[in-house]
Amino acid sequence: MIDSHRQAFIEEAEELLLELESTLLELEESPTDTELIAKTFRALHTIKGSSAMFGYDDITMFTHDIENVYDFIRKGELKITKDIIDSTLAAKDQIHKMLHPESEENKVDENITRQILEAFRNIVNNQKAINAADDVQTTFSTKTETKTAELVIKEYLISVKPAQAIFVSGTNPLMLLNELTEFGESIVLANFDQIPPLERIDAEKCYTSWEILLKTSKSVDDIKDVFIFVDDQCELKITEIDPEGKLRKEEDFQDFKKLVADIAKTKYPDIKMLLVEFESSLSQIVFNQATQFENKKNKDAGEGHHDSDLNSSIRVNAEKLDELVNLVGELVTIQARLNQIALGNQDQNIISVAEEVERITWSLRDSALNIRMLPIGTTFSKFKRLVRDLSKELGKEVELTTDGAETELDKTVIEKLNDPLIHIIRNSIDHGVESPSERENKGKTRTGNVHLSATQSGGNVLIKIQDDGAGMDKDVIKEKALKMGLINENGELSDSEIYSLIFTAGFSTAKKVTNVSGRGVGMDVVRRAIESLRGSIEVSSKKGLGTTITLKLPLTLAIIDGLLVNISDEFFVLPLSSVEECIELSSDDIEKAHGRHIVNIRGEIVPYVNLRERFNITGERLSIEQVVVANIKGMRVGFVVDKVIGQHQTVLKTLGKVYKNVEGVSGATILGDGTVALILDIIRLAEKEEVEERSSN
Amino acid sequence: MTKSIMTVDDSASVRQMVSFTLREAGYNVIEASDGKDAVSKINLADLNLIVTDLNMPNMDGIELIKTVRSMPKYKFLPIIMLTTESQNEKKMEGKNAGATGWIVKPFKPEQLLAVIKKVIG
Repeated sequence: MIDSHRQAFIEEAEELLLELESTLLELEESPTDTELIAKTFRALHTIKGSSAMFGYDDITMFTHDIENVYDFIRKGELKITKDIIDSTLAAKDQIHKMLHPESEENKVDENITRQILEAFRNIVNNQKAINAADDVQTTFSTKTETKTAELVIKEYLISVKPAQAIFVSGTNPLMLLNELTEFGESIVLANFDQIPPLERIDAEKCYTSWEILLKTSKSVDDIKDVFIFVDDQCELKITEIDPEGKLRKEEDFQDFKKLVADIAKTKYPDIKMLLVEFESSLSQIVFNQATQFENKKNKDAGEGHHDSDLNSSIRVNAEKLDELVNLVGELVTIQARLNQIALGNQDQNIISVAEEVERITWSLRDSALNIRMLPIGTTFSKFKRLVRDLSKELGKEVELTTDGAETELDKTVIEKLNDPLIHIIRNSIDHGVESPSERENKGKTRTGNVHLSATQSGGNVLIKIQDDGAGMDKDVIKEKALKMGLINENGELSDSEIYSLIFTAGFSTAKKVTNVSGRGVGMDVVRRAIESLRGSIEVSSKKGLGTTITLKLPLTLAIIDGLLVNISDEFFVLPLSSVEECIELSSDDIEKAHGRHIVNIRGEIVPYVNLRERFNITGERLSIEQVVVANIKGMRVGFVVDKVIGQHQTVLKTLGKVYKNVEGVSGATILGDGTVALILDIIRLAEKEEVEERSSN
Repeated sequence: MTKSIMTVDDSASVRQMVSFTLREAGYNVIEASDGKDAVSKINLADLNLIVTDLNMPNMDGIELIKTVRSMPKYKFLPIIMLTTESQNEKKMEGKNAGATGWIVKPFKPEQLLAVIKKVIG
């Protein structure tokens, strides 16, 4: 392959030599013809260029000197003389010989080569001595320069800042970075600080600069060479890190690398978040210590007033916290308005300030809420005593095990959980766990177990009370419910529906009233307490194996993750945790239901509450309305609204004493534009609908 | 995708050498004998790179670079110039016209590939 290239080169060179000869002869006739001069120069230039590539180094070196002479002539610094033409023709013959070194007749006489070059040099010296001579000398000296390879590994910090117009030269800076990273181990950090706002970005400009940490055996010159094509379009700073080698140990470099990588990951907002987290955990520590101190003080004050004292002292703190959370809530609202105004203005400065305010506000909100969070463990430990006393009283052997004591919940939630939990645990021990002899007969251990666990799941905390007792007897519950007229004899009930009957007021399957059970506080009170915390309760049981009661509670009462909807100009928020899906309700669907508030969803009949009717909102019903389907105590119930707007996380505000008895509304929130949206108590709404439906039938 | 490179040189042997090297390296190569020829062939493929000599008849390399840069499609096309002048003068002239980089003749195939890699990866 290479031979065929060489052949092509020789043929081409021969052609060029012939052309050169004829041009020279013409040039002798008209020595000032610039076209002819250029042609001569080009011929020599091409011969020089290609000969080097095909290994004819002698031709290259020889032609180079002659070409330089013609370069001077081209630039008008030398004039064509007869001597020059003669020497060039001789040179042409000499090149011809050099092209065929293998043939005998063309044997190259190096003396002639030297003579010709000498002649040219004399011509140049005579006419324009200094420049030419210098040039001839210097050009070749650089070619053979070799670099001494140094194999010392060094670390460099390289800063590359391309000119904005760098793309216009067809340069892709990333290619240069790639080349650089091939030199050794490296970390490349891109700096986007100079990128202007979107509307001012010119896609043809480069706004990015880079910092590279490079560990390599290459020299500064090698690194500079990478950027050789852009040295005038690029600010390049190369700093050798630690030239004295103090940090040359491998582990130190690794540490440094990690540090830089960490800094790269930690952008400014994150640092701020870290600070907020740090501050909030700090304030929580202070708060916890204060509470512990209060507890201790109260304990010291005497057992008798223990509870009320503890509560009162905490209540003071809680109020202060509530005030703080309220203020943060206001801030969130104002911030949302600021955002709307900023977006409406399209002013980049205001938008960026608004975004900053948003970030800080949400951090502040999170940290304020975090202050209210306490681990549930303190409550758990209280129950140890309860279980011990209770099992003794009932002649049973029961141990309490706990899990997830570190799970955090809003302080108010924890406080209000106390009574329901006591009640559930009592029930478990009284009705659930059998007596030791009974257990032995059933092949169980003598000692029964009640397990209390808490886990966080998204925005909720799940508290499970699990016993390994007798479990609930569905038939007994059914029988009792029938007696009480709660269900029909023919009614088909699912397991969870049967178990949820125990939450009905006045329901008790206890055969005898003990000191523990049947004192008037039924499971319905438990359910109401949990629901007032926006939580839900679920029962599952296996006869002979035990019962599990699961409480699902929101992490905090102050914040509600809601679904924002509207009816005419009114806005409402439904608790998102209960929402299962949203479907359309057309006038066709309404017609098919013959006036009853039911809708068919994939074959399932779902009752719904028409909120427009419920709240007497004026205005026309839309031809297509939306039904928000929520899961209420295992039942699917729809709520008809005009439009579903979207998810809305908001600070919950209570309505105050005057509106305390308004049914179906649990609070209010303020939207970004200042509008008030009511937060719906969907459980009450569904119950009310059910009662009215029944009475109308 | 195979990258397309145009090599522009009035010397057939240099052209042949360049295109042989590039084809061996897996590039699609279009040859042109001078600036004018290059401009006439410039739309034969979506070019990724032009490697051009500077001293050529009809239209020289500098003129070619200026012409290519004025085409919207090739405003940012990498262009490498082949130069024998180790003096900065010609190189700077090419740079100012919009060349991306250069390679000094004589060069070895691997040097050419190294420069191409530097420019188009």
